[in-house]
Amino acid sequence: MTYDAEFRVWRGDAAGGDLQTFTVPVNEGEVVLDVIHRLQATQAGDLAVRWNCKAGKCGSCSAEVNGRPRLMCMTRMSTFGEAETVTVTPLRTFPVIRDLVTDVSYNYDKAAQIPAFTPRPRDPDGSHRMQQVDVERSQEFRKCIECWLCQDTCHVIRDHEENKRSFAGPRFLIRLAELDMHPLDVADRRDAAQQEFGLGFCNITKCCSEVCPEGIHLTDNGIIPLKERVADRRYDPLTWLGSRIGRRPRS
Amino acid sequence: MTTTAPRGTGAVAPGPGNGMAAPRRATIAARTLRTDRWWLQPLVTAVALLLFVVYATFRAFQDAHYFAEPYISPFYSPCLTTACEGDTFPELFTGPTWISPALYILVFPLGIRLTCYYYRKAYYRSFWLSPPACAVAEPHRRYTGETRLPLVGQNIHRYALYAALVINVVLFYDAVLAFRDETGAWGHMGLGTLVLLVNATLLALYSLSCHSCRHIVGGRINSFSRHPLRYRAWTQVSRLNARHMQFAWASLFSVAFADFYVLLLATDTISDLRFF
Repeated sequence: MTYDAEFRVWRGDAAGGDLQTFTVPVNEGEVVLDVIHRLQATQAGDLAVRWNCKAGKCGSCSAEVNGRPRLMCMTRMSTFGEAETVTVTPLRTFPVIRDLVTDVSYNYDKAAQIPAFTPRPRDPDGSHRMQQVDVERSQEFRKCIECWLCQDTCHVIRDHEENKRSFAGPRFLIRLAELDMHPLDVADRRDAAQQEFGLGFCNITKCCSEVCPEGIHLTDNGIIPLKERVADRRYDPLTWLGSRIGRRPRS
Repeated sequence: MTTTAPRGTGAVAPGPGNGMAAPRRATIAARTLRTDRWWLQPLVTAVALLLFVVYATFRAFQDAHYFAEPYISPFYSPCLTTACEGDTFPELFTGPTWISPALYILVFPLGIRLTCYYYRKAYYRSFWLSPPACAVAEPHRRYTGETRLPLVGQNIHRYALYAALVINVVLFYDAVLAFRDETGAWGHMGLGTLVLLVNATLLALYSLSCHSCRHIVGGRINSFSRHPLRYRAWTQVSRLNARHMQFAWASLFSVAFADFYVLLLATDTISDLRFF
């Protein structure tokens, strides 16, 4: 079953651009990325679009489809009515390079600033030992494909460009949480999370969790536990006192 | 044009900070391109919370019709002053007659709800529109979140939890007392008993499913294998925590309903349905 869909695609670059309308054939079972590729092949040969795996695992084809941050390869056309206009725009939070391609280097800059994994000394036999149960929490965050949809939807930087200097974004807050929860890691990242990476900017509105294509519970399992750990350290006088007199070890 | 952001700063040139496109972003004038009814959820949340706040405020200041033997409204429990109706709790002091007994204790349940991670999401979205929905621009020119006063005070949530747990115990105590009849003899159960029991249970589930509770029982530990009991407790609280939002709404409704039921009994609008 084939039908003609109306697509509005943002075209332009940092100097300016607009939404352009196209009519593109759609086949049964296709996703938005298939239609964008057909558009590129038949009507707009110079349309810039970033993509790679077409399987929701590389995180390359992030865009906003009808205003919602999505992976184009994981957005089925069957979720839209045949008469519905589908609007595809680049990620709003990042500088546009051209058409649907944005400059996401903000994220790589932030990634480089995260203090690296700092393991404790090895056991006498030269190995590192830990139980599966100890790393299960961290493993959820390892599913991240770095599609930057959470960064794109987070209003802290989406609506306030000036916060990019002091806020790392949800993807890197869960990276901090992952490392802080790691049973072998000995670095204390709680002060850095609050002061350097802007944990306090997060107001728990959970949009990052809503858009995550991997279904990671960024807020409930990463950011809120990290906020609680920071509260232990900075805002809870009893916990602070307990750690001072040796009654409350870190782990 | 393929220029890149300056390396090392994590930022490009600042935008106007009012939700409009920053330099070098795609120029899209619309506040959002979402086509679904994104406004419905914050609207429903705002209306529901407002209705509760109006009703609870009226009842807290009413200072009447909060006790109908053997039931006491959860808005007034524990009732601590000598002016209290009923004898469900030791009367600890004599307060000014113009202060309702509810006002001495409502700060505790109010505290846990105000600082609760779920309600923060709900009211930041519904009332402060920050943001009203995902990928919908907020109207504020500046945003500092919970980095400074007064919102940095949200970090006292765990103390609000401790207070709420004490209130939970008192509400179960009230529910047990509701197994007495009007003369104080045990062996009675009415619809009011069931209402208080369900309300106490839902409020306890709301407290126990709280994110701070999850952290305190085991979340702060890094090596679960060395603390098997706390790991087990953390696992159970995590299961409850997945339903924290449902418990938040269910307990909000149940506490208002329990109060309303006592109000109806106290004003002789209805009589209690007696099971035995």
